[in-house]
Amino acid sequence: MRDMLKKMNKTTKSNLITYGIVIVAFAVMQTLISTGSISSLLEGLMVPLCIYIILAVSLNLVVGILGELSLGHAGFMCVGAFTSAFFSKCMRDVITIAPLRFILALLIGMAVAAVFGIIIGIPVLRLRGDYLAIVTLAFGEIIKNLVNVLFIGKDSSGFHFSTKDVMDLNMEADGTVLVNGPQGITGTPKDSTFLIGVILILITLFIVINMVNSRDGRAIMAIRDNRIAAESVGINVTKYKLMAFTVSAALAGAAGVLYAHNLSTLTANTNNFGYNMSINILVFVVLGGIGSIRGSMIAAVILTLLPELLRGLSDYRMLIYAIVLILMMLFNWSPKAIEWREKYLSFGKKKKEAVK
Amino acid sequence: MAALLDVKNLGISFGGLRAVNGFDISIEKEQLYGLIGPNGAGKTTVFNLLTGVYKPDTGKVILDGQDITGKKTIDISKAGVARTFQNIRLFTKLSVLDNVKVGLHNKHHYSTIEGILRLPGYRRVEKEMNERAMELLKVFDLDGHADYLASNLPYGQQRKLEIARALATEPKLLLLDEPAAGMNPNETGELMEMIQLVREKFHMTILLIEHDMKLVSGICEKLTVLNFGEVLAQGDTSSVLNDPQVITAYLGE
Repeated sequence: MRDMLKKMNKTTKSNLITYGIVIVAFAVMQTLISTGSISSLLEGLMVPLCIYIILAVSLNLVVGILGELSLGHAGFMCVGAFTSAFFSKCMRDVITIAPLRFILALLIGMAVAAVFGIIIGIPVLRLRGDYLAIVTLAFGEIIKNLVNVLFIGKDSSGFHFSTKDVMDLNMEADGTVLVNGPQGITGTPKDSTFLIGVILILITLFIVINMVNSRDGRAIMAIRDNRIAAESVGINVTKYKLMAFTVSAALAGAAGVLYAHNLSTLTANTNNFGYNMSINILVFVVLGGIGSIRGSMIAAVILTLLPELLRGLSDYRMLIYAIVLILMMLFNWSPKAIEWREKYLSFGKKKKEAVK
Repeated sequence: MAALLDVKNLGISFGGLRAVNGFDISIEKEQLYGLIGPNGAGKTTVFNLLTGVYKPDTGKVILDGQDITGKKTIDISKAGVARTFQNIRLFTKLSVLDNVKVGLHNKHHYSTIEGILRLPGYRRVEKEMNERAMELLKVFDLDGHADYLASNLPYGQQRKLEIARALATEPKLLLLDEPAAGMNPNETGELMEMIQLVREKFHMTILLIEHDMKLVSGICEKLTVLNFGEVLAQGDTSSVLNDPQVITAYLGE
């Protein structure tokens, strides 16, 4: 019994450290920003940083905890971004209290992303490994391309939809275009702030960490470790796979909401909602250590800040970025580095020695 | 008294191969039953048919009066059949304690929301689960290793953990697939005692596949011998092992 208590405390302690890092980092950055000792470029990077952290933590739920490779994460972010931006633009003059409008937009963005998670998850989660990766990649691209041909306008007689162009909307003279195909949505209120971003990170961490350490999380990890054995003890594999996938999609949707409300113009292209982004998020997860939530956060921070901090080195920038990628990989996965880490940096971590 | 497990005319084909044909077995409550046969005779296939991994082409499986023929693995687990595997299948990256707690999954409930928000229901049920899991681990002398990753346990203890996990589902029938595989004579002896203990302590009905004749003749009350997918002999352990047909087919002479 005593060992158990000790163990529970250890997990709790480790989780508290994770929350603590976020809060301390926020406090430090906020102080630096308010004293003006930080460049405006770096300051502008704070919200995107929060977005990447949320994306990395949420993808870790699928890649690290469920053990399935998903390359369509940016697609769910795209769904969350566009539905919430659409909502906020429509409600701009109806709901004037910005925080309330943002919270509603957030809930809608997450809910729609979760619905997409279920719709896409039901067919694709029958696949595994490489096949799942390719199919999710395709679905991500489909979402991005669908958004690019979507035209929505509103006039006195209501909403108009088209997949061709603005003229096809057939609006009255008083109509306004809300979603303009490849030009996306313009005029979304800029409601995202660094504080909101950090709060969303904390909520994401709270959901993911608590889920992992619950009955559901154990079932999900059991499926990852051995699907046949999980079935044999009565775990509903389809249900828990879908649960992990959907929660992950909803959280990616939240990141999308944050993204949409940080820009005045929201468009869907390869760099923000395409496979480039999906792969980027996967890189955070893999480099941070698959399954390690704190690791994905740290990797997201380093790999987002690095290219900006190295801007002065111009041509050598991407070279150094690549070297850092390799070094991080070595630090995380090479046996010698792991040994060194366990010796000197094993605060509050479970010792994983073998019996006998 | 009606038998706990009643199997009639069970069969399955894979392509042109009739892997199991006309398999009958009837196991009484709290009986220790052995299933033996040469390699490739279809023993594990029978287990897979009983646990819903494969769907039988013919036959019926009745567990405690309930028809479980062709049901899904999860439903059969809920109906009360638990198993271990010939090649150990643990949740390797989970702790020993969590492995057993996954086994308790369907017996202790709280909702996802309760889990995420850490509501009182979560705390209460998790405490119950921890206590129950530790009790089970204690039976197998694994309580001292509750924190270890399952993959870090030595082989013999991994086998024990698999049995503990199966028992966590509170089954009526426990299927053990070659529990003594890869064990030395000492470990096998220990295992025999443990299987007996499990039967007495949990009032468990056990069907086991085994090649180790010492174990089979030592603890099984009844035996069924499979050969080429068909039942070759069936009955009390001593009479089956002395059956000349069995000796030629299996033990060799």
